[in-house]
Amino acid sequence: MPLHEQHRRQRAKNVALALGLGALVILFFAITIAKMSGGS
Amino acid sequence: MSDLAIIGFARADAPTASPADFIALLKPRVMSLVCFTGAVGMWLAPGTLHPVLAFTALLCIAVGAGASGAINMWYDRDIDAGMARTRNRPLPAGRMDPGSALGFGVSLAAGSVVVMGLAVNLLAAALLAFTIGFYVFVYTMWLKRRTPQNIVIGGAAGALPPVVGWAAMSGEVTVAPLVLFAIIFIWTPPHFWALALWRAGDYAKVGVPMLPVVAGAAETRKQILIYSVILALVALAPVAVGLSGALYGFGAALLGGFFIRGALTLWREKSDHAARRLFAFSILYLFLIFALLVADRLAEPWVLRLAAACGF
Repeated sequence: MPLHEQHRRQRAKNVALALGLGALVILFFAITIAKMSGGS
Repeated sequence: MSDLAIIGFARADAPTASPADFIALLKPRVMSLVCFTGAVGMWLAPGTLHPVLAFTALLCIAVGAGASGAINMWYDRDIDAGMARTRNRPLPAGRMDPGSALGFGVSLAAGSVVVMGLAVNLLAAALLAFTIGFYVFVYTMWLKRRTPQNIVIGGAAGALPPVVGWAAMSGEVTVAPLVLFAIIFIWTPPHFWALALWRAGDYAKVGVPMLPVVAGAAETRKQILIYSVILALVALAPVAVGLSGALYGFGAALLGGFFIRGALTLWREKSDHAARRLFAFSILYLFLIFALLVADRLAEPWVLRLAAACGF
């Protein structure tokens, strides 16, 4: 596999991980708000 | 290992998987059926849950199922390499190193259970952990390569998601979610054996003792027929326990009849074609059964009004 292809895939993986972590931050924030609003 | 690898730079000869490969590890098609049955379990259960928490519960069920798939692919990479159906998965195709797949699967499994416990409830988290553990340790590591009953017992893992969903919504497990469990549990063997009938050569080659490999095609077709009859009866249990009404009962009886007819056709014709058709129908069957459970509940007020108008 050529090196630039290697870099491209590594970059795609980094972006996917960043998006995943960002989504998790939003989810945890929403869970916190939901829990504090007295639901369940 | 070079210094570069240690500090996190990819070596030029090391495989670098794409995000799509990590998605493939989650077995998205299995995940979608798990999501659906889990969501129906939640929807039928008594009690209320904040929409955000309900979404979180479903997400945890989906991610837990995906994590099980990833760990399964890590463990089975040797046999997956030998079968046409699985040869192009990320690990046997060499696009990903095994450690990445295992780390990904274990992280997601642990994460889904922890989040379920913190955001929803401990019973749902415990059931989710049990489901993942059962699939990984009991099915994948213990039974799959040892006995033709592998998918019969292992099917319990695939049957648990509606129970997890029910527990997430109501905080308890009653007889009703166990009925949903029973339907998927009995559905699993004829579903997988129909697939195994025309894939028997693949399974034999890699040494997985699926029923057609060990007991032959004729015995497998007989077992499929027996399980189809049991399934058609078990699928009526939601009516017996008061979970569903007449609409579901009629629909399930009709679908059960179609399932038995497919199994009978397979038994008589002894063809791969009939096996493929039954396999395809079995997926549709499970989807429709769970859709009927929802439809029946939605239609309940109208059915009652109609019954009253007819003098019942």
